[in-house]
Amino acid sequence: MIRWSALGIAAFAALAIGVLVGPAHLPPGTVWHAVLGRGDDVTVAIVRDLRIPRAVLAFSVGGSLAVTGAVLQALVRNPLADPYLLGLSGGAGLGAVGAIALGLSGTWALPAAAAFGALGAIILVYRLAIVAGAVLDTRILLLGGVVVSAFTSAIVGAIMALSPAEQLRNALLWLLGGFDGASWLTLTVFAAYAVFPLALLYRASRQLDLLSLGEEPAAYLGADVEPLKRLLYVMASVLTAAAVAVSGIIGFVGLVVPHAIRMLWGHTHRALLPAAFLLGGSLLAGADALARTVFAPLTLPVGVVTAVIGVPVFAVLVRRWAS
Amino acid sequence: MGKLVFATRDLTFQFAGARTATIRDVDLSISRGELVGIVGPNGSGKTTLLRLLLGTIVPDTGSVMAFGHPASQWKRRDLARRVGVVTQSEEPAFPLRVRQAVTLGRYAHLGPFEALGAVDRDAVAAALTRADAIHLADRWTATLSGGEWQRVRVARALAQEPEVLVLDEPTANLDLRHEMELFELVTDLVRHGMTGLIVSHHVNLVARFVDRIVVMHEGRIAAAGQPNDVLTLEVLERVFAWPLEIVRWDDVPQFVPKRKSSVR
Repeated sequence: MIRWSALGIAAFAALAIGVLVGPAHLPPGTVWHAVLGRGDDVTVAIVRDLRIPRAVLAFSVGGSLAVTGAVLQALVRNPLADPYLLGLSGGAGLGAVGAIALGLSGTWALPAAAAFGALGAIILVYRLAIVAGAVLDTRILLLGGVVVSAFTSAIVGAIMALSPAEQLRNALLWLLGGFDGASWLTLTVFAAYAVFPLALLYRASRQLDLLSLGEEPAAYLGADVEPLKRLLYVMASVLTAAAVAVSGIIGFVGLVVPHAIRMLWGHTHRALLPAAFLLGGSLLAGADALARTVFAPLTLPVGVVTAVIGVPVFAVLVRRWAS
Repeated sequence: MGKLVFATRDLTFQFAGARTATIRDVDLSISRGELVGIVGPNGSGKTTLLRLLLGTIVPDTGSVMAFGHPASQWKRRDLARRVGVVTQSEEPAFPLRVRQAVTLGRYAHLGPFEALGAVDRDAVAAALTRADAIHLADRWTATLSGGEWQRVRVARALAQEPEVLVLDEPTANLDLRHEMELFELVTDLVRHGMTGLIVSHHVNLVARFVDRIVVMHEGRIAAAGQPNDVLTLEVLERVFAWPLEIVRWDDVPQFVPKRKSSVR
C-alpha cells in the first residue's frame, strides 16, 4: 500500500511538474488558473495546448515503454530484454533517415516513416522467428532482432555517408527522442494505438507469470503458449511502434523501469505491469520537464536525461538489491 | 469407457529432420485410479510419449485420447484442471517466493481479472502441506535444495487440484530419502483417488511402487503389465543393453547391474 501510494504521488508530481515548468516562466498560481481556462489567451494556450498534452504524452509513452519492456523480458525469459531489442529501433531509424534522404516533408512524414520502418523490422524478425511453420522461437526472436538491427544500421550508415550532413541532423535529433511535437492530436493518435495493447497485455499478466517458468511448464499450468507468445509480441510491437512514432527512440525506460519494479515489487506481473506503467510514466514526464528547462530555451534529447538520472539511481538499486 | 484417462492407438511420432521415428506403434491405456510407471533407457522415447499424451505435440499417425477427447485439442486451461505435470526440469527466469510459485498452480481456476479467493489460498496451503513444503512457503525458490524445489513443484501441481498427476523423472536429482519420500507421497495420493503416471529410468524403484509398468525401448513398448509378470532378465538386459542380476525384494524383481569383470 505504501509503495502504491508512493508511485501515485510520484506520478502526480511528475505530471504537475511537467505542467508547471517550461521555457515561459509562469508562476504556479497563473498556471493553475490557466488550467481552469482563466487568464490571458497566450498563457491559457501555453498551458492547455502545449504543456498538458506534452506532459500526458510523455507520461503515457514512458509507461507504455516500461510495460513493453516488462512483457518482452517475460516473453524471451531474459531480464536484459527491452523494447528496442527486437530490431525495432533499427527499423525506425532506417525509416526516418530514409524519409529525410528521399526529401519527404510534412509534420507526419518522419513519424510515419519511422513507424513503418519499425513495423517492417518487426515483421521481418517475426518471420525469421517462426520455425517449423507454427512455432515462435523466442531464442531466434532475440537473434533476429540483433541481425535486423545490424543490417538496418548498416544501411542507415550508407545513407548518411552519401547525404549532406545538415539534412540528417533533423533525423538524428528526432531519433534521439523528444516531445517537441506533442499536441492533443499526437496524444490522441498515441492513445488510439496504445489503449488496446495495454489492456490486452494487462489481461495476460497471469500468463506472463507462467511463461516466465518456461514454455512447457506454462502449457501444463494452463497457458496456450503459442497464441500467447504471438499476442505478446504483436501487442508489444504495436505499442513500441506507436511510441516511436510520437517521440522517437527513447532508450533506457523500457529496460530499467521494469527492473527497478522487479526488485522492489517482485515478479508478479499483475502488480508489475501497472507499477511499471506508473514509474515509467513518472520518469519520462519528469525527465521531459528537465529536458526543456535545464538549458532553456534549448531542449535536451529526453533520452539523455532519462539515462543521466536513471543510470545512477539504478546502480544504487542494484547494489542495494545485491546485498 | 469413462474410466480411461489416456488411450493411444498405433501411435507414431517422428521429430522433423530425425532419421527414425521416436515413437513407434504405441498402444497404451491408463485407467482412472492406476499408478503406472513408464521406464526405459535414455532416448527410448519416454518423455516424447508423455508429451504426446499431454497434447503438446501431435502424433504423425495414430491417435491419442485424453479423457475421451483428442489430446492436442484440449484447451490447456481445461486440461490443466484435470492433469498436473511435474516436468523433468525447469528454470524460472525470475525469482519467486515458494507460495507465489505454488499459487501459479491456480491459474487454470481463475478468470483473467479474478483476484485470488479464499478457495485458492486454501488449495495452495493444502497442496504445500500435502507435499511437505509448507515450512518453505516464504523462501525464495532459487535458495531451495533440489529435493525442496521438487516438492514445491509437486505442490504446485497439486494446487491445480488435478485428477491425474504426471511426473517426468521426478527423482533425477534427489538423494535416497527424498526419492523415497516422493514415491511414498505419490503412492499415497493414488491410494486416495488420484491417477499417477511416473516416467523414470529407475526400474527398481518404479517396480516397487506402481500397479503397472511399461518398458519402452527404441520408441516401442517392449513389455507392459504388472511388474512381476513383465520384468524379466531377458527383457531388461535387452532394453538396457547391460548384463544384470535379478534378485527379489518386497516380492518384486529388482535388478543389479553386473561389473564387467564379473561377466564371463
